[in-house]
Amino acid sequence: MSRYVLPLVAVITLIVFLVIGLTRGDPRALPSPFIGKPAPQFELPKLKDTSATVGSSDLAGQVALVNVWATWCVQCRVEHQFLLDLAATGEIPIYGINWRDTRPEALRWLQQLGDPYVASGFDVDGVVGIDWGVYGAPESFLVSADGVVLFKQLGPLNRQIWERDFVPLIASGGAAQ
Amino acid sequence: MKRFLILIAAMLAVAPVAAIDTGKAFDDPELQARYDKMISEVRCLKCQNQSIKDSNVFLASDLRREIRRLIAEGKTDAEIQDFLVTRYGEFALYRPRTTGKTLILWVAPFVLVLFGGFAMFRILRHRMSMPVDDDAVNEGAAE
Repeated sequence: MSRYVLPLVAVITLIVFLVIGLTRGDPRALPSPFIGKPAPQFELPKLKDTSATVGSSDLAGQVALVNVWATWCVQCRVEHQFLLDLAATGEIPIYGINWRDTRPEALRWLQQLGDPYVASGFDVDGVVGIDWGVYGAPESFLVSADGVVLFKQLGPLNRQIWERDFVPLIASGGAAQ
Repeated sequence: MKRFLILIAAMLAVAPVAAIDTGKAFDDPELQARYDKMISEVRCLKCQNQSIKDSNVFLASDLRREIRRLIAEGKTDAEIQDFLVTRYGEFALYRPRTTGKTLILWVAPFVLVLFGGFAMFRILRHRMSMPVDDDAVNEGAAE
């Protein structure tokens, strides 16, 4: 009888690992190393007025959403209506990082689809994107009033994700940690 | 068999795909060697089974540019790895560093080989201690 124990343990171990691996959700999604840590400092020219800048100092003192977007990003178009709705409620200021884009196209995008952002920074060479660990737009970071990253959403935001992942964190003001 | 060998030969004959940054990044061969090694060991986060050396997506070229800049600034390999890991996590490195979190990656293969060797040893010893089946031997000889 005991000769079956070892194979059985091996098979069960294998099954446990397979179940963990197969039910993990999107295998391409990476945990952000910034959760619970200070958001990276940044300062970028404003998309709409490149003589002015938008950056970390604008975020300070309020819970804010930092949304990385680009006109070449199909999923950004998907989430755009939700961002407009969210901005209209006034729940939270949304700051954009226009990542690896061209200025005329980005401006046209905002003009045609509407502009949910308090301001968008123009990150033409992707330096700020790298500082924030961005690897695929859209990405959205929830940043607390004292500048700590509370949550990162990879992929398009929608009402359901917002209610589930963001609202509780905003309600507790990041105090959960 | 011949067909199989021809197939293998055909696959080997395919010209290696040209790397993206064919131009030299550094005049100093030592820096160039460090750069080449570094970019072949950093994962392209957008195209996750390629290194940034092999990928032409802009994130890979951005990361190559940042690594060139850091090397030119005189940063050590460890500092550059830190730069990547603080932004993208340990996953960005194809050759994970030996830290508490990644220790299992380095130790597990050796543990598994030891375990397998031990199991094989047990099985072989068990077989050798079994009495030789005389009938089977005789039957084989009779035929």
